[in-house]
Formats: sequence, C-alpha cells, structure tokens
Amino acid sequence: MHYESNVREPLILGDKSYKDITVDVARPVETAAPKAWWIVFSISLVMFLWGVGCILYTIGTGIGVWGLNKTVGWAWDITNFVWWVGIGHAGTLISAVLLLFRQKWRMAINRSAEAMTIFSVIQAGLFPLIHMGRIWMGYWVFPFPNQYGSLWVNFNSPLLWDVFAISTYLTVSTVFWYTGLIPDFAMIRDRAINPVQKHIYKILSFGWGGKAKAWQRFEEVSLVLAGLATPLVLSVHTIVSMDFATSVIPGWHTTIFPPYFVAGAIFSGFAMVQTLLLIVRKIFKMEAYITIQHIEMMNIVIMVTGSIVGVAYITELFIAWYSGVEYEQYAFLNRATGPYWWAYWSMMTCNVFSPQFMWFKKLRTNLIFTFLISIVVNIGMWFERFVIIVTSLHRDYLPSSWSMFSPTFVDIGIFIGTIGFFFVLFLLYARTFPVIAQAELKTILKSSGESQKKHHDPHGAH
Amino acid sequence: MAHTEHTPVVRALYLDDDVVLDAVKSLRGKGIKVKEVYSPFPIHGLDKAMGLKETRIAMAAFIYGLIGLTVAITITSYMMNLDWPQNIGGKPSMTWGKNMPAFVPIMFELTVFFAAHLMVWTFMIINKLYPGAEPQNPDPRTTDHHFMIEVAAGEGVVDALKDTGAIEIAEA
Repeated sequence: MHYESNVREPLILGDKSYKDITVDVARPVETAAPKAWWIVFSISLVMFLWGVGCILYTIGTGIGVWGLNKTVGWAWDITNFVWWVGIGHAGTLISAVLLLFRQKWRMAINRSAEAMTIFSVIQAGLFPLIHMGRIWMGYWVFPFPNQYGSLWVNFNSPLLWDVFAISTYLTVSTVFWYTGLIPDFAMIRDRAINPVQKHIYKILSFGWGGKAKAWQRFEEVSLVLAGLATPLVLSVHTIVSMDFATSVIPGWHTTIFPPYFVAGAIFSGFAMVQTLLLIVRKIFKMEAYITIQHIEMMNIVIMVTGSIVGVAYITELFIAWYSGVEYEQYAFLNRATGPYWWAYWSMMTCNVFSPQFMWFKKLRTNLIFTFLISIVVNIGMWFERFVIIVTSLHRDYLPSSWSMFSPTFVDIGIFIGTIGFFFVLFLLYARTFPVIAQAELKTILKSSGESQKKHHDPHGAH
Repeated sequence: MAHTEHTPVVRALYLDDDVVLDAVKSLRGKGIKVKEVYSPFPIHGLDKAMGLKETRIAMAAFIYGLIGLTVAITITSYMMNLDWPQNIGGKPSMTWGKNMPAFVPIMFELTVFFAAHLMVWTFMIINKLYPGAEPQNPDPRTTDHHFMIEVAAGEGVVDALKDTGAIEIAEA
C-alpha cells in the first residue's frame, strides 16, 4: 500500500520519521526568531507604515494626490491590484489543482503558497477600495437595500463581478487554508509547554483530536474544496481580465485576455512562491522537505506559463495587424515603439526571455539563479500590467488629450506599503503557523521518504 | 461524547499506521468493537476497516451550491429585471432569460461561495470543532507520532490488544 516506483525521486530527504516531521515543523514556532527574521521584519514594518501614511494622506486629501490625469485614469493603483491578485493565484493552483491531479509534491509547499495567496489578495483588495476616493462608501459595492429607490448595483458590470469574485476567492481560500491548518495547530497545542502558547493554540485548533470519522470528513472536505477552488481561481483572473476586455479601448478589447491573464497569474504567482520558499527553507532549515526537486518542478511551471504568456504577446501583435483596425494597430505599435517602449521591452525581456533559461537542468536546479529569475519575473509581470493599462490609455482618439503618466511619491509609497504589509503578514505567519502541512506530509513519508524508499528497493540490501 | 455513556474503555497506543490498520481488522474479526481511532494523519482504508459509513458531506455541499445558485438567480432577476430595470449598454433588461449571460459570473461565484462556506460550517458543527473547544484526543501524543485505538472494556480485550502490537495499554 505504501509503495511508489523507485523511478520517482524521494520527496522527503534524509532519514526522517513521523516524530522528526513534527519536530522540524514545530521548530520555528517553538524557538526564538533568528536575527535575519527580525531584520527583514523591521524593514517590512517600516515600508508598511510608510504605505499606511500614504493611504491616509490619499483618503484625507483625495486621489488627486496620485499622478492620474484626465487621460490616464487608471495607472499604478489598478496595475498593483492586478499584480497582487495574479500573485495570489499560484497558492490556489498548488493546493487545489495539484490536489486534483494527485501531485504529492504539493504537500511541502501548499501551506505557504496558500498563505501567500491570502496575503496578496488582501493587498489587491486595498487598491479598488482606496481608488474609490470615499472609502467609507465602500459598502455600496454590495447590493444593500437603500433609500435611493432602492437603487441596486449593476450586475451587468465586470467591475461588480470582480467584487463578487475577489470576495469569494479571499474567503474561500481562507477557509480552505484554515481547515487544513486545524490538525497542525492541534499538533502544536499538544506539544506546547508554555501555558499561554498552549491556550492560544487550543483556541486555534478548535479541539481537533484526529478521530477516524473526523479524518474521513476532513479528506472529503479538502477534495470538495479543491474541486470548488479550481474553477474559482480560473474565474477570478478571467473576471479581472474582463474589466479590460469588455471595454472598447484599443489594446484592451481582446478576447484573448482571460486565458492570457490566467497564465500570467500562475506565472507570477509561482515566481513569488519561489522567492518566499527559497527564503523559508534557508532560514527555517526545511531543506529536507522543500527539496531541489520541488524548486525544479516550480521552475518548470514558470517556464511553461512564461512561454504561454510569450505566445499570447505575439498573438496580440498578430491579431492587431490582422484585424485591420488602425486604432488597434496603433495601440500596439505605440506600446512597442512609443514613449513607453522601455516598459514594453522590460516586460518582454523579463517575461518571455528570462524563463527560457529554465530549459537547462543546471540552471533550474540552481538556487541562486532561481531566486534571481523569480524576482525578474515579478518585475516583468508588474510591467505587463503597467503596459496594458497605461499605454492603452495615454494616447486616446483625440491627439490633443494625449498625455503621459508619472507617479507621485504617494503612488510609489502605497505600492511599497503593500509590499511591506505582505511581508509583515508572511513573516508573522512563518513564525507562528506550521509552515508545512505536516499531517499531510506524514501520509507520504512511507512511500516517498528517502530512507523508506530504499527499503522498498527490490535490488537493495533489504 | 463520554457524558452520554459511561462504559469503561481500553485505550491502546501504537507507533505505526499499518499496524493500526491490521489491529483494527483483527480486533473486529474477533468481535471486539473498535469505538474510536485517534491518528496524527488520515490512514487510508481505516474508515472501511472500522465499518464507518461513507460521509455525505459532499452531497451537502452540492445542495448548498444549489442554494447559492438560487440566491444568485433571485437577486439578479429581482434587482436587474423586476425592481428597477435599466438600459445598460443595450443589454436586454426586460426578461431575466435574455439578460442572463451577463449574470453567469455572479451565479458561478455565489454557487461556490455558498457551497464552500456552508460545507465548512457543517464540517465544524458535526465534528464539534469550535474555537477554544477542549481537545478531543485523550492522549496528546496522538497528534504527533502515536496512534490510539479505543475499544469497550471487556474480557480478553487487553490480551487481544497486546497481540496486535500495542506499545501501551490503559483502561479508563
């Protein structure tokens, strides 16, 4: 029953037992934070507080403090929104889609990837809210009965679909994540010595005891949630892309957007997972669980999705020419050769060219190279959204209203603030939550543990 | 659960999931009722070996999804087509049926929203899981690397448990 072909590489390295997994996963929670953690946390906190200041300034003064003008009405705000939502997609892809495909390698990384999803969707949600200007009226996006008639929200609008999609995505991802965390919180609760810590984890673990019937239901719930989250994650970025695609702006009005945005989202999300996990495995010494093989698998996903994105860029160019619509043709010519050529070619270099290095096994198993590419990819994906949004807007049908966009310190401050907020949340998570789904990982120890696999080898000593 | 019946139980600890699975099979073969198994992770085939019924939570999720879909159809048709129909981008606002393609995203999202959340709530309630609940496992080691079988006390039970490879047996 616990057998797996020896052709498959072990997923858990070294001579680990069930007990070792418990100890290794609980260690970051039970021991003092390393110095590196405090340094990164302090920097993130400062960035976060700077962002809070800029957000408060925006709310107090109005969005006139941003660099927007009457031609470019969407710029960094929506760029950042789409960028953060996209990053979130990899977490759900790893935990849900790879669960449905029975990819066991997901087990070491799904917890952190899902945490990343939730934290990045929180950042994403901030931008539409503050872009409203009057944030205290934010609840108007929900269909509440009111004294204007009742005047309802417009269910025909992709912006409203977005409200429903992002809310569903954030909350469903959170319960998916939390359900999986309950048995692991119980493990920490049962090991805790400090009474305060024990009490906190008792609250968090909901009294979980690992009864047979509870496990049976747990597995069914995980499977159904994965089945629900898979179309959900595809729908979210599809709907985000429809914010653009259903408009009549040249450069936005294209039917390729939904699959192209989803591929881009997975691409940037996996890059962010790489960035985070390479740090986590180093700082918390998780090399036995997050192995080179895991890194390599994710690099292959980055390579494939990066190439899909590249094909989408080229298809867009082709269709712009083939459509015969001169406005469409100009929009793309302007992207590549207009005043924002540097943004377009940064995007092309980072997203299409850089992932091609992953064809080489030496490079995709090299940790430093992987880390660099993961950052390059996320810079590229930020530029992609900037290019789509700003270059399509800045030269509209009336040349007299053509303009350029330049961000103010507030635009930049809020973006930096969300990066800080994201890392503050992730670092707090990494110190207080079990960063690896240890209960799940224990189920594959006998089939995929390195020393356990050797025992199954028919030609081995056993 | 203990407060409804006070029958004494015998608890045996094990160190390996395969041993537990075999133990459950052999105990049931001897006619001893296995009341509960506590394990740090799900053991495949254990529910069948213990004779547990299949869970119906997936069916519940399906019904919750249908409720969500109904809610979506109700609110879109009431708000967009009945209460205050408007001409929005020339979309047909007089009948829900013709306006429906624009509501597909909302219908999908609410189906998922209801199915996922209500299923998780159901899961928490039927397993008696809530913030601050007392741990359900009698021995803290069963969330780490030990496994526990709980059987009703009776003659020969302890010996039968010993035969199955238990490392520790306690009557409670």
